[in-house]
Amino acid sequence: MATTAATSSKQTVLQYPGAAPSVSARIHPVVLFNICDAFVRRPDQAGRVIGTLLGSTSSDGTVEIKNSYVVPHNESADQVALDIDYHHNMFVSHQKVNPKEVIVGWFSTGFGVSGGSSLIHEFYSREVQNPIHLTVDSGFTNGEASIKAYVSASLTLGDRQLAAHFQEIPLDMRLIEAERVGFDLLKNTSVDKIPNDLEGMESSMERLYTLINDVYKYVDDVVEGRVQGDNNIGRFIAEALASLPKLSPTAFDKVFNDKIQDNLSLVYLSSLTRTQLSIAEKLNTAAQIL
Amino acid sequence: MANPATGRSFLQAMTSVEEVAPPLRVVQMEGLAVLKIIKHCKEFSPALVTGQLLGLDVGSVLEVTNCFPFPTREEDEELEADGANYQLEMMRCLREVNVDNNTVGWYQSTLLGSFQTAELIETFMNYQENIRRCVCIIYDPSRSNQGVVALKALRLSDSFMDLYRSNNFNGEKLREKKLSWVNVFEEIPIKVSNSALISAFMTELEPDSPVTQCDFDRLKLSSAPFMERNLEFLIECMDDLTAEQNKFQYYYRNLSRQQAQQQVWLQKRRQENMQRKAAGEEPLPEEDPSNPIFKPIVEPSRLDSYLITNQISNYCNQVNGAAGQGFSKLYLMKALHEN
Repeated sequence: MATTAATSSKQTVLQYPGAAPSVSARIHPVVLFNICDAFVRRPDQAGRVIGTLLGSTSSDGTVEIKNSYVVPHNESADQVALDIDYHHNMFVSHQKVNPKEVIVGWFSTGFGVSGGSSLIHEFYSREVQNPIHLTVDSGFTNGEASIKAYVSASLTLGDRQLAAHFQEIPLDMRLIEAERVGFDLLKNTSVDKIPNDLEGMESSMERLYTLINDVYKYVDDVVEGRVQGDNNIGRFIAEALASLPKLSPTAFDKVFNDKIQDNLSLVYLSSLTRTQLSIAEKLNTAAQIL
Repeated sequence: MANPATGRSFLQAMTSVEEVAPPLRVVQMEGLAVLKIIKHCKEFSPALVTGQLLGLDVGSVLEVTNCFPFPTREEDEELEADGANYQLEMMRCLREVNVDNNTVGWYQSTLLGSFQTAELIETFMNYQENIRRCVCIIYDPSRSNQGVVALKALRLSDSFMDLYRSNNFNGEKLREKKLSWVNVFEEIPIKVSNSALISAFMTELEPDSPVTQCDFDRLKLSSAPFMERNLEFLIECMDDLTAEQNKFQYYYRNLSRQQAQQQVWLQKRRQENMQRKAAGEEPLPEEDPSNPIFKPIVEPSRLDSYLITNQISNYCNQVNGAAGQGFSKLYLMKALHEN
């Protein structure tokens, strides 16, 4: 849309990038934990915490946020002061460990984007080209956890900047590493011990068993006509069942027995080694020269 | 007039009340520290990395609330000062944001559990001089693709530390103190705790789904590569152990040979002395420290064999664990196939 100025003959154009940005972000769980921990430890007079996000940008425009650190700041009604030296020192220190992590943006706690944020965003856009602004709502306004990422585009009128428009970008919160560690460890406020091999195995087996039971019940219900069958689910079940490799019973028995024999011999070997160790120990310390 | 008897006994009572530190029973880690350690170790695997643990020492619980990684050190002398500067800088910055500024130990990554080295003990002794209670957390990133969080908290047992300081590792002392290879390291159970805020976030973001990534990892049928590497390391360690035992055999053989030589020499001396007495001369001394056969042979230190034994036992345990898992998975496959 173009607006014309009254007296001059040139036209000043209001620039408004309306297209959706092609950037998307992915966040690692460490960042979230760090932000929450920093929020819990914030100094009493601060209402929110602000910090830098580190990560990497891939070629298709996805920004991976891998690490973060808090930067002390002072905020009053109309002024925001950020400790730039601290930010720089921490960045240099982090670079020493992992030179591939660069600044990709900044975060703040609190719901939505506030006025002071645009100034801070400007500071960060001097460090990196298109910084990402992440808000983590630790106050749980609206009764839900909202973590949002924004990029900003500026609205200019001629060469004067009017406002900064923060557009939300899709945020991938898949948290695969957290899954690996186990949500039980990370969700509860205290876990008494980290499960070892066999205990973890047991819980996985139990979950598999429940899953199979559920599927079985569902199929039963559909066959009996109690539940309307969904073709997609039926297809998934058929695919899962078909993915079992078809082996003749003799071939399967052979493979199975071989594996069992291998495992048994390994257990035997390790027990043998351990006996050997205790014998060696006795011999070594019991030997005396009279 | 003050009663000197009670005054003395009061003073005595004050000096005799020493601070007895309760023994360390459990290490409590925050989820944040766990995730940071895992991230750092995984990023740099298979290289081995270390980092510092920060936290609080409360009664019988050692709390680890945060950690930061150390940069990988090049083999360069001038970077030594850099490393110390980095540490000071990080601690100072973290203190400004109210993170517990107290070092409680360090963490390091390992490859399939081969972490028992002499350097570990050296580092422990260095830390122990400054910090009353410190712990070392070992993380094994190569086992994480089996669905196990391989985190261990270790410290050296007190009896071992005393013996190490006196630098005396021969068989007599060890038998006295009944110190065998099992008593070198003490493993401490780890508890994980999270703040209420992050627990609320996690519960909100990832509802209890029926199956998670770590289940997929655990139920994988292919455990052969892991076992193979374990066995490789085990075989190497056995070779090292035999080398150590050969050293002992050599030492004992030398010792008995030396003793036999000493006896022979003593006999000759005695005969000489008898002759001299018969001739009326001064008897020669029965000892001759300048003679090389009297030189005491140094007993080789048993420290290495203890460490190697610990490693072997660790590998055996891992093999057992993996084989146990393998059995359950195989029987599951068999049941599935029969249907």
